[in-house]
Parts: sequence; C-alpha cells; structure tokens
Amino acid sequence: MEYEAVIGLETHVQLNTKSKMWCGCANAYGAAPNTQVCPVCLGLPGVLPVPNEEALRKTTLTGYLLNCEIPRFAKFDRKNYFYPDAPKNYQLTQYDKPTTANGFVEFEFQGGLARVRITRAHLEEDVGKSFHFDRNSGVDFNRAGVPLMEIVSEPDITSADMAYEYLNALKDILLYGGVSDCDMEKGMVRCDVNVSVRPVGTQELGAKIEIKNMNSFSGVRRALEYEIPRQIAVVKAGGKLIQSTRRWDDTTGITEEMRTKEHAHDYRYFPEPDMMPLAPTDEWLAEVRKLVVELPLARKQRFIREYSLPAPDAETFKNDVALGNYFEPLAKQSSNPKAVANWVINNLRAKLTELNEREKTEQSELGIEPADLQLTTLADLKFPPAALLELVGLVEAKTISNAAAQQVFAEMFATGKTPAAIVQEKGLAQVSDTGAIEKLCDEAIAASPGPVADYRAGKAAALNALKGYVMKLSKGKANPALAGEILERKLKG
Amino acid sequence: MLNQLTISELTSRLARRDISARELTQACLDQIARVDGTVHAFISHDPADALAQADAADHELAAGVTFAQKPLLGIPIAIKDVLAVKGHPLNCGSKILGKFISPYDATVIEKMKAAGAVVFGRLNMDEFAMGSSTETSAFGITRNPWDPSRIPGGSSGGSAAAVAADEAIATLGTDTGGSIRQPAALCGCVGLKPTYGRVSRYGLTAFASSLDQIGPFTKNIEDAARLLGVISGHDPKDSTSVAEPVPDYVAALDGQIRGLKLGLPKEYLIGGLDPEVKAAVDAAVKQYAALGAEIVDISLPHTDYAVATYYIVATAEASANLARFDGIRYGQRVDGADPIELYTRTRGAGFGAEVKRRIILGTYVLSSGYYDAYYLRAQKVRTLIRNDFLNAFKQVDAIITPTAPTAAFKIGEKSGDPLQMYLSDIFTISCNLAGISGISLPCGFTRSPKLPIGLQLLGQPFGEATLLKLAHAYEQSTPWHREKPAPIA
Ligand SMILES: [Zn+2]
Repeated sequence: MEYEAVIGLETHVQLNTKSKMWCGCANAYGAAPNTQVCPVCLGLPGVLPVPNEEALRKTTLTGYLLNCEIPRFAKFDRKNYFYPDAPKNYQLTQYDKPTTANGFVEFEFQGGLARVRITRAHLEEDVGKSFHFDRNSGVDFNRAGVPLMEIVSEPDITSADMAYEYLNALKDILLYGGVSDCDMEKGMVRCDVNVSVRPVGTQELGAKIEIKNMNSFSGVRRALEYEIPRQIAVVKAGGKLIQSTRRWDDTTGITEEMRTKEHAHDYRYFPEPDMMPLAPTDEWLAEVRKLVVELPLARKQRFIREYSLPAPDAETFKNDVALGNYFEPLAKQSSNPKAVANWVINNLRAKLTELNEREKTEQSELGIEPADLQLTTLADLKFPPAALLELVGLVEAKTISNAAAQQVFAEMFATGKTPAAIVQEKGLAQVSDTGAIEKLCDEAIAASPGPVADYRAGKAAALNALKGYVMKLSKGKANPALAGEILERKLKG
Repeated sequence: MLNQLTISELTSRLARRDISARELTQACLDQIARVDGTVHAFISHDPADALAQADAADHELAAGVTFAQKPLLGIPIAIKDVLAVKGHPLNCGSKILGKFISPYDATVIEKMKAAGAVVFGRLNMDEFAMGSSTETSAFGITRNPWDPSRIPGGSSGGSAAAVAADEAIATLGTDTGGSIRQPAALCGCVGLKPTYGRVSRYGLTAFASSLDQIGPFTKNIEDAARLLGVISGHDPKDSTSVAEPVPDYVAALDGQIRGLKLGLPKEYLIGGLDPEVKAAVDAAVKQYAALGAEIVDISLPHTDYAVATYYIVATAEASANLARFDGIRYGQRVDGADPIELYTRTRGAGFGAEVKRRIILGTYVLSSGYYDAYYLRAQKVRTLIRNDFLNAFKQVDAIITPTAPTAAFKIGEKSGDPLQMYLSDIFTISCNLAGISGISLPCGFTRSPKLPIGLQLLGQPFGEATLLKLAHAYEQSTPWHREKPAPIA
C-alpha cells in the first residue's frame, strides 16, 4: 500500500511593533536580561493588559494578505498553565474568536501553483526565555509580552518540500506587509508541525503527531523528511501510531516522543475578563485595508506579464523588493523593459553589492559594530534613476556600444555624472562612419593572416577575432555590427 | 477630636488654617495607638511617612493651594491591603507575598495623591478578598468596634473597622460580592460599590476581574460623594474602565427625592432575615415614603441563582488570577527540586484554606468536560440576573434591600461552615454580577447587643449620583450616622 503525508503548520511570528502587546516596554531584541520589563509584563499584582493597537492592526493586515475573513467580534482568552517563563501563569491568546479566519496562501511549487488554506491568524503574547546555568536557572522577561501572531494552516500540505515552500511564501508575505522582521536567528519565527500519514486515496486522518523545536525552515523540512518515513514504516509494519507530541533534535536529526495524548494539558481556556472583546469598526478596517500591499506571487506574475521579463528576473525582483521598486518606474518609461532589467540586475545590483562589501570591510576595520554599519542603498546612489534609462537609450540607439556602456555605467556609479557627459568627455560615441571603419577593417585584415585564412577556409567563427581586433583598434567605439558587415564584404570580395 | 470629623468638616477647618494636616494625621495615629490593639484594622502603617505627607500638605496649604484644586488636601485616608501603593507593602492579607513592596501606584492611589490625600496604612482583609468576616487574613482577625467579640464583616473588614473606630477619616476597600457594603453595614459606616468600569482597577490585585470594584468607606454620604468624585473616571491603563463623564456627586446631594421611585424586591424578603434587620429596613422604607419617594414592589426573578453563579464565575477567574503567585518572580518562595515542586511547596505554604478551596473550585469549573455545565452556564445566568436589574430600572430609580441578613456575627461562628459564610453575602452578590452600583448606609441598631444595621440601595449602571442623593436624604433625616461605638470610645 502507498501512504501519503498530511501536514498542517502552526507558525508563530513576532510582530515588529514598537512596544509590547500590553504595556509600553520596547519590543526590541538583544537588550541585557530583564531591562525591558515593567509591572505589567512581569505580572506583578494588580496590573492589567491594554491591547496594543498597532499589533491588532498588523494582525488584521496579515488577515487581509492571507485572504482571511475579519470577524466583527474577536476576543482574548486565558490559556492556563504553569511555567517559569510565563509571568502570569496564563497566556493571553485568542482561543475560539480569532481576529482573522478562513484564508489561504498561494505559492509556486513544482512548476505549478499550490494553495494551502489558512485556518486562522490570531494574536497572543510571547513568554520569557529560560536560561539554565550550572546550579540554577534564570528567566529573561524582555521577550514576555511581545506580540506574537500564530498562523495556523489547514492540513493541506503533503510533503516536506511543500512545507518548506509554504513557509517561505508565508515569510515573503509577512515581509511584504511589514508586519514582522521574520529573523529566524532572533527567534522571530517559530514553527510547530502536525503530521500524520494515511493510505493514498483514503480520507480519514491518521493519528496526529505534533513536532516541536524546529528553529529554521530547513529544520522543518528535515524533521518531516525524517518523520514521514518513520510513521509510514510503523504502520507498514503493522504498528499503531497514537496522538502525541515529539521533539526534533537538530543535531541527531531525529524526532523523539515528549508526551502522549493522555498527558496532554488541560489549558482551561476562558475569556479574558480584564479586556473588552474586540469589535473592529468599518472605519478602522478601512484604515487597515489601505495598508494592504501586492502579494509577492502577484508581483512576480505581474512583472512577467507587464514587462515581458523572464521568470528568473521577475523572481529576483520578487525577492529583492527594493530592487524591484527601483526597476518598475524605469520599466514603465522604457520601450525595452527587459534591457532595463538586465542593467538593474546584472550591473547595478552587482556594483552595489561590491560597494557594500568594500564598505563593510572598511568600517569593520574602523571597529564599527555590524549593527551600526552604514551601507549605501539604492536610495543613496550618486546618479538619479533616469540616468540609467538614458544609458539604456544610448545603447538602444547604437550611440554607444555595449562595451562603452559598461564604462559609462562605472563612471556614473562612481561620480554621478550624466551618461551624455561621460560619453562626450571620454569620446565613447560609437563610430558608425563607414569610411573610418573600412580603414580599421583593412588594418585588422592585414594584421591577422591566421583568422583571415581560417575564415576563408569556412570557419565563420573566425570573424569574431577580426571584429574584436577592430573594436580594440577603435577603443570600443566602432559599431560592431557595421564592422562585421564590412569585414565580411572585404573577405568575401 | 479631629479624627472623628468628616471630610467636609475638616476641609473647611483646614482651609481656615484652624488646624493643620499634621495635627489631623497625628490625631488618627493617636487613635490607632489607642484602639488598634483591640480592633486590629491595620496590618501595618508607617507614622513617619504619613506625617511627612501631612507636612507636605501643610506646605501646600500655606502656599495657597485650595480644596477646589486638591479636594482631599491633608485628609488621612487608609488603604485596603489589596491596592498597590508605591513603596508600601502589598500582601493582600496573605503570607504568599512575603516582603513584597509595590513598585507602583494603583490608579486610584495616583488620583488620591493628586487630590492631596495623606495615603497611609495597610488595612486588614480576608486573604485575597475571599471571605465575609476578615477571619481568613494571614495577619490575624479584625474586631468589630461595636463589639470586639464580633467580626467586622469582610472582606474589607479593616477598611470598615478603621472608619467606624475613627482611625482614619475615610478608607478605600474593594467589593467583589459585597466586600465593601457588607462590612460597612456591620460596622455602621457608609460603603459604596461603584458601577463596574466607573473606577479603574489598575493596581487592584484581582480576585475576580469581572466583579471587582474599588470604592470608599466614609462616615457619611457627602464624604462618599467626595471620594467617589476623586477616584472615578476612565483610565487608559484599565481597558474595562468606561469613558463615562464623572458628574459632581456632591452637587447631587440636594435632598430632592420627591417622586423618585424605590423598588422593593419581593425575592429579598426571605427566611433567614433577622427580625431586627427586617424591622429596621421596613422602617427605612417608611421613612423614604415619608420623604416623598414612591415605593414600588418589584421582582428580580433570578435572585435564587445568584450565589451559585457568583461562586462559579468568581472562583474561575480567581483560579487564573492567583496563578501568578508562584514564588518565581516575587513574594515568598519555598524551594523545590524542580519548578512543579517549587510551585506546590510555595503555594501550599503561602495560601490559606479558603483561598485554596476557591482555587480548586475555580479550576474544577473551568476543566475540560465541565466548562459548559458550570462556567458557560453561569455566564448565561449572569446575563439573566443583569437583565432582571435592567428591567427593574425601567420602573424604578433605585432598589432598596437590607445589606446583610444579620448584624455582625461572633468571631468563629461561621468560619467552619463556608456555605453559611457565603450566604451572608446573599443581598450584595447580585449587584456585582449585574455590574450595577450599590451603597450601604446605617439604618438602625439591634437592641442588645447594640450592633449597626445596614440599608442597601442599588442603582442603575452609572447611577451613583441618584444613589447618593437618595442615601443622603435618608441620612439627613435619621440619627444613625452620628452614633459612635461605645466599646472603644
Ligand atoms: Zn512591560
């Protein structure tokens, strides 16, 4: 019998609000332990939570971006459990009335489009972080009360690779919406996986097994690559799987059972009495709607459609939003958006990367911390975007050769001078004067008996060597097409 | 003696500079020294700190600050041990908080300080406000100033006893199911429970979040109006506080009650009601009629379910609210080999029997499989109870009832029987479930021993002004509020 996997993901994402969920403490990573705390996020006697409107806005925006419904009634509930990192020994979360529900994510997978339904994206609070020392333990509550959004998928995912692509698509959407910085290394995205297996063609779900403790998307993929065959092997051998929670060990690459259903927590959820239910108004929702941005996949598809870009270029602009934003207004003004894309991706991006690398080296030598590096961005280039358009136009009009254009670009990147000025200053205008090129061709033929003989013997490629010689003689200014024609005529004649 | 006077009397004397805030505060401290060995209303107080605040008030008076600017300038007001006062101990009548000192002020404390009050002392209470007699306190019992062999009521027993014994000019307490009104009745003072959302709960250590309100204990109605005006209002730190304008409660005390309708709920005239209490309340009803109010028979049909509903909702919320007392971040810790052992030891040693009983009850009613039958059902009944009141208020301006079924009972009389204890709140509990306003004021005494009897008026949501007007008219036409407890005089 063939088996298939049924996978659902619960993805926790820290929102990038300025302050925490219920108090005014900073929501910032990396401060000294217990320096970003107050009576509220420490759970002192008598404190009350006041919901952070920015967090509600970002969660609702996420709902829109994930094609969710936004119910007109939502509320927070208390999830009761004792743990040293939980300041109140209950976590505020949205149990049965989440801020958003019933959406979906679409993404490219295996050459087509995949769709994973979203059960809900709800808001809750993060907990502190435990540290274990030789003889004792400590808790850092800086993270306690940071707004945490949980995005729950339906079990629509069927493989480890699909889970990986889903997570990447989700992350792109969250970055586009500006709701989270999604920095995995800072623990801003965390993932739990529910996976079961069943015979292909059946509908009934197998025993749901939850896997915890993956700290990267590739960790999720590896855990599933381990867990799915493990489950299939158990049932194939006649064994029975039971609902349980397993822990992924990234070092050994295996999952281990933590607890079974009988030991599942009873969280005793009940509505948070310290807060009023949430009832977003039309006006408020309209304000949030204004924040909706184009989704990554839609952007990629539009770039392919509107600017006739090849998929890899569109993918580049999808992944590098700033680069895409730089490209798009230029593309709209150009008769050859593809050429503009080439310049932006192959030349501009390359030059900028090179410059940034140099800046990093120089500044770290000056002892500047990585976080404080001042790197040039697309916004602080020395030349205006229109100059790039002008440069492409010069090449299009055959005013300068491609080789000359490279020189012009290097110069404008370095100095900010206009392409026209650089062309004039360096005398880079392409020579299309037939008489001048004829002379150069004669020189080239005279100086290259080898290639001439080869060409005449039928090796057409030998013309390139001669063309190259002409270009060299012209210092790159000769119109290469014209040079080719003249050489051909002379050699055949 | 200055400590026997009311806020109204004192502010005019302070304004005339007849007396100083220091003299006044000293008078209260002297009274504490004289009687608190018997009454034990205070868990602790810091005379030096109180006098320093009084001196500051005297400086402001000298500098020309007026009572229009600071309506409580120089008035010593003591605080129930459940409210956070910066730099003061906060124990909630429990052992579990250990040597905890609050690093912040409750919003009501900020408001009282802004109004110039001398905020002092930690008043005894039932542990975490769970009780009706102040006997569950980890800091010993408080005695009723009218008869030291009897309880002062609870849970705000210390707040009521301190006012009755003139140890403070006024006090703050909290009311979750009657914890202001019942001790006010039993100690013969005025106690007001504001509408849910009228007063910010920020800084009130929660017992039952959806029921708790902070309110004043005072020697008369006018003082209650003054204090309520200071502590009321929307607070951005409490999202359940309501942005309803705060009226001038003192201005409402105009005696104009002719034509106001008072509802007499038939469900409240039950067996178990002490005959002397009944007689006093009947007489009060007659007095209201004589003052021109109209008495209307009404029904609150779901009254019978109030106690059961209350003990489900309140304990459920408490089971979560008290989870934070775990010995990890603050308070008393009894160490263990792992977190679970640390929790069980800390909480086992730190909480008293009544608190444990309610945590277990609350945990049970929220448990998987029981939630629908208990908690969810209780919430539905709660809505019915609220609707009873809202319907009644379509006919009447306020509802008149006894505050408690009996006068103060003997120390130890009910402490072994939780159910009997719970029933002593039978007239006060519905008000919290419905989220409406309520007040208790003196309406007579039992004959022998002479113990105060309380009259309860229940008002519309945010109907405190009408409630105070009604209470004031009655008070001004009766002598009860002028009586002082003989045993400690
Ligand atoms: Zn905080």
